[in-house]
Amino acid sequence: MKRRSFVKKATLTSFATLIGTEIIFGSNLLDGYVPLALQDPDPFKMFNKHKEMIMLNDKPWNIEAQAHLLDDKITPNSKMFVRNNGLVPEDIDAKNWVLKIDGESVTKEKIYSLSELKSNFKQYTYQLTIECGGNGRSEFNPPAKGTQWKVGAVHCASWTGVRLRDVLEDVGIKNDAVYIGYHATDTHLSYDPKKEPISRGCPMSKALQDETILAFQMNDEDIPLVHGYPLRLIAGGWPASVSGKWVNRISIRNKIHDSDKMMGDSYRVPCKPVSPGEKVKDEDMCIIESMPVKSLITYPKSGAVLNKGKTLSIRGHAWAGELEVEKMEYSIDFGSTWKTCEVEKPTNRLAWQHFSATVDFPDSGYYEVWARATDTNGTKQTMLVPGWNQKGYLNNACHRIAVKVK
Amino acid sequence: MSEKLEFYKQVKKVFRLLLLLFSLFLITGSVLVYYMVNPAFFSLNEAAEVYIVVEELDSDRIENGIHISTGFIDADGLMTVVRNCTGCHSSKLVIQNRMDAIGWNETIKWMQETQNLADLGKNQETIVNYLVTNYPPIKKGRRTMLTNIDWYELNE
Repeated sequence: MKRRSFVKKATLTSFATLIGTEIIFGSNLLDGYVPLALQDPDPFKMFNKHKEMIMLNDKPWNIEAQAHLLDDKITPNSKMFVRNNGLVPEDIDAKNWVLKIDGESVTKEKIYSLSELKSNFKQYTYQLTIECGGNGRSEFNPPAKGTQWKVGAVHCASWTGVRLRDVLEDVGIKNDAVYIGYHATDTHLSYDPKKEPISRGCPMSKALQDETILAFQMNDEDIPLVHGYPLRLIAGGWPASVSGKWVNRISIRNKIHDSDKMMGDSYRVPCKPVSPGEKVKDEDMCIIESMPVKSLITYPKSGAVLNKGKTLSIRGHAWAGELEVEKMEYSIDFGSTWKTCEVEKPTNRLAWQHFSATVDFPDSGYYEVWARATDTNGTKQTMLVPGWNQKGYLNNACHRIAVKVK
Repeated sequence: MSEKLEFYKQVKKVFRLLLLLFSLFLITGSVLVYYMVNPAFFSLNEAAEVYIVVEELDSDRIENGIHISTGFIDADGLMTVVRNCTGCHSSKLVIQNRMDAIGWNETIKWMQETQNLADLGKNQETIVNYLVTNYPPIKKGRRTMLTNIDWYELNE
């Protein structure tokens, strides 16, 4: 119905043009902008997503990739997962967008326009791995609560922006600063204007890293709306929820940021290992910081059938949160023996690393190729689903693809 | 005098003709502009209008045991679940989650404490029974087999 009334309004405007009467809403309607709510609700068209992306939820929007879609070295928008906690903001006015820096630990609150951020500070571009804390949640048993991500809630795009550190130095931060917390313009699912869909943050040590940026470009273009236009905080290697979209305020806190999504079982896991399904007291839960070591085979797509005697080239990406991937291995015998893959150095810190290998199969039959990365601390990916936690975070079990040799 | 009258009549005739032409032009122009903006208006079957009415009438449609507009299984408590659980979030979020009664009751409590969900009264029991019966937890063990493999010939 909304769509129809919009069409009618536009028609009336055209009539008004014809008879020369003053147009009241014309300027809003004729500039080519169609409000999000009135657009074709096909999310693949609306967000320019590849047709093989998997839509897990349509309110709020949650869309993930499949392993083979993530083959590009730099993930294009069409293959980037979408994870929203609330409703995508509408009517964004980038010209009048402001970022406010406030909180207990700023010497004085300060406001920056988007153009001031762009012109007052040096710009940097980094490739940064961003993975949803709940990527792989669907594998936990007993089942974990929340969107049931499989393997595709990860991407590594190229982000351009200014260092948060440079901005905070310009504002002036007190010595008692402990944490930052972002705030944004998205709408809570209940439409309650007093509620924030998500507000999270990170300790000052992460906030002040070179690669923690306030980004306004993704893959050399304005950030797409669903990924945070016009301003997104980017903190690679940490749960994607730290990289807040549509950011308009950052609070410098003298304590750990105390929003809803920093508490309870949101982005928190038991500090000590627990048995599957066990109840954990609130004080025994710890906030997730760096994501664990992980990898994905992005070529070939699972299900390849090849002739006996043929070699198979495999490739993919590996990442390790704050750390680097030191070693990459594959197994074709369910983890009995492992062979080493070539693995490239990251383009910059916190970018995923590309690996490749040539696989020989000894005979015909059913095979699974398993991939396992090792980080610079010597920590490897698990073969089974790792430590259970109520919300199913941090599943870094090795990726598997099926191959048949005939 | 008659010459003047004749001239006056002719001018009037031309004026009327011009007026007619201009009106026709205006009408044609208006129709074309309207057609440009809303071409569906001129299609004889008026599919768009009928479609919308059908959708509104059939929001409770059930086919093969599935409630079409939400994807929920048709069973006792279905409409209570539709009314109470799909206002804020998609039914997809409910369907992909698997919990026992304790888990669902805790989730409802969490939504009430943090997400503005109202007290569900007697409906809570109906909702939890529906969810536990129709979407029970599936035992997956520590890792499942690879399933739904889409086999294809790889020629390199």
